[in-house]
Amino acid sequence: MEFCGGHTVTIFRYGIRQVLPPTINMVSGPGCPICVTANADLDKALALSQVPDVIIATFGDMLKVPGSRSSLQQVRADGADVRTVYSTMDALKIAEDNPTKSVVFLGIGFETTAPTIAASILQAEEKEIRNYYVLPLHKLCPPVLRAILDSGEVKLQGLICPGHVSAIIGSHPWDFIARDYGIPCVVCGFEPLDILQGVDMLVAQIENGESRVEIAYRRGVRPEGNQQALKLMAQVFEPCPAHWRGIGEVPDSGLKLGRRYQHFDAELAFNINPGPTYEHVGCVCGDILRGVKTPADCPLFGKACTPQYPVGPCMVSSEGSCSAYYLYGGGLGG
Amino acid sequence: MCLAIPALIKSIEDKEAEAEMGGITRRISLWLTPEAKIGDYVLVHTGYAINILDQKEAEETLSLLEQIAGLAEEES
Amino acid sequence: MEEVLEDKILLAHGSGGKLSHELVERSFVKALANPLLAKLDDSAVFDFSGRLAFTTDSYVVSPIFFPGGDIGKLAVCGTVNDLAMSGARPLYLSLSFIIEEGLPQSELNQIVNSIQKAAREAGVEIVTGDTKVVHKGSADKLFVNTAGVGIIPEGVDISGDKARPGDRVILSGTIGDHGIAVLSQREGLSFFTRLESDCAPLGDLVAEMLNASPNIHCLRDPTRGGLATSLNELAKQSKVSIRIEEEKIPVREEVMAACEMLGLDPLYVANEGKLVAIVLAEDADKVLTAMRENNYGKRAAIIGEVRAENPGRVVMKTCLGASRIVDMLVGDLLPRIC
Repeated sequence: MEFCGGHTVTIFRYGIRQVLPPTINMVSGPGCPICVTANADLDKALALSQVPDVIIATFGDMLKVPGSRSSLQQVRADGADVRTVYSTMDALKIAEDNPTKSVVFLGIGFETTAPTIAASILQAEEKEIRNYYVLPLHKLCPPVLRAILDSGEVKLQGLICPGHVSAIIGSHPWDFIARDYGIPCVVCGFEPLDILQGVDMLVAQIENGESRVEIAYRRGVRPEGNQQALKLMAQVFEPCPAHWRGIGEVPDSGLKLGRRYQHFDAELAFNINPGPTYEHVGCVCGDILRGVKTPADCPLFGKACTPQYPVGPCMVSSEGSCSAYYLYGGGLGG
Repeated sequence: MCLAIPALIKSIEDKEAEAEMGGITRRISLWLTPEAKIGDYVLVHTGYAINILDQKEAEETLSLLEQIAGLAEEES
Repeated sequence: MEEVLEDKILLAHGSGGKLSHELVERSFVKALANPLLAKLDDSAVFDFSGRLAFTTDSYVVSPIFFPGGDIGKLAVCGTVNDLAMSGARPLYLSLSFIIEEGLPQSELNQIVNSIQKAAREAGVEIVTGDTKVVHKGSADKLFVNTAGVGIIPEGVDISGDKARPGDRVILSGTIGDHGIAVLSQREGLSFFTRLESDCAPLGDLVAEMLNASPNIHCLRDPTRGGLATSLNELAKQSKVSIRIEEEKIPVREEVMAACEMLGLDPLYVANEGKLVAIVLAEDADKVLTAMRENNYGKRAAIIGEVRAENPGRVVMKTCLGASRIVDMLVGDLLPRIC
């Protein structure tokens, strides 16, 4: 399994499955933070966009994802102030430039991105920027991998671990996979050659009957990770249960703002009513995210659900399995 | 999580730096890598340096990127 | 008092009265000097014989000034190129401005100067136009609409449905320059680059290509939606498949870096000074040589070929040697983090 959506994109974009021997089957995991954001959480963001004088600042990935009733792109067309940014630095600047408005940053992402949001909150505190808020929807990877492995639904012989999440958390958080489940792990980079190297290292471990965590992405990852980033995360956030689309609630797999920083929490600062949550009928994104089904197994894939008219987030997100499959041609055997 | 590319730090001011990646320059934050120095290569994700790279390893990545960029010649 | 007010375009400038006439005379007629325009009749009248190519376009780019050009240059080049893609020699353009009140006169002047320079390089004349001024908020500073006519030389018949299996696909230069140059100016995405838009008139390039070979089957300029979208359109129109090779497609280092940073694929990024040609295989090298001798074709390359199987599909051989499908752009090109 490759866990991370970025790896899924590389694999499909370069046709890696085609160059691998037929004995190796790659299955994609839930490492796409857009895909695993629950409708209920997205509905909160949409409700916030309706609050007067609120500017929603978001990474571009979230714009087209359909919530229960609408999407950020649609509410923007209806007049809400929704702006895409590349970085929280840009969101902070929007807050500084618009003192009479409130900027709410949608905090999605895994451990690669969470420290940048933590840093933005600390910067806002330092510069006394009082109109900057965050909707914390971050998720943590190791707990959800444990949940997937415990469910026993998918039998893995090897795991390609996310590269940049590991740049932050190091390689030790993956030790439990090799130790408790006997599955070899390799932390890989994102170039096509990195993935091939990773698969090669996994096969070598399997053939030698080993299971340990190796780092192939040595230029970017140290076993101990980035201590400063981890420190900032611990300072600003606390673990909490999180709802992963298709998987359900996983304990200690999300991040909420710690007590000292709760005044930055958009959900607490604004009185919002997101309304009832609806899931789209027929969409099997959940099964796809757990590696149990492939996009081709979904009754809506390619018919009711296409990149142009997406039903589920796996098709909207540029690193969702369905989107990768559709755009890069699963039909070519890749 | 995913998109991060190597960049070279050209100058530092307080906790921010000017970093160059493949010919484009962008202001980045060093809040997560306060020990970074001018001349270091860092991995940049959403405008923040998330790790300092080994120079040798970074050059390897850049040349992999250049391979993918097609023709090697570049007009100035 | 009046001197100070004239620094900005006002609603009154669009109302048809004295201020309007002054604006047209001072800002447009003088700069775009040509006999047809100077007559200021309701329509421009001219003779022609032969087959005409006729096109129209609207330009709403934001910001209106970007590295390497502005909305004015874009309007001229875009229209000229649409005509050139039919093999026509571009002749005359119309130009309509919808100006948001409050636009500084100096910015309008700068844009008209750009238009004049671009028209001169392209060898076209702006012969008729219109100006409207709308309330603040009703137009994003300036919208420009154009129409253009050109003459198609005898014997030239270029169309999107003429690609045939065995033909070669030639790209005139690097892709993604324009889109990335414009993106670098957008709020929330700012980065500094020396990269400029590739906005350029391709009429001469096309004329030289036609001189080199009568067997140019298709021409397309890959603007919005990028190279991928144009190739898909051609494949569908001609009911063929197109196979390209990733390693042969020229991309500047800065475009690659910006795309990596923002999570974009250069195949989908807009170009404003490039064309893709589908040419009979035997003539491909001749056409390529002719292109490389033109300023705007220096980095031209043969990037692929046309095939019969899987009609409507565009397939790319990746740098790893595997194949993947290249679809049309769906929706907007959005920067992403993952």
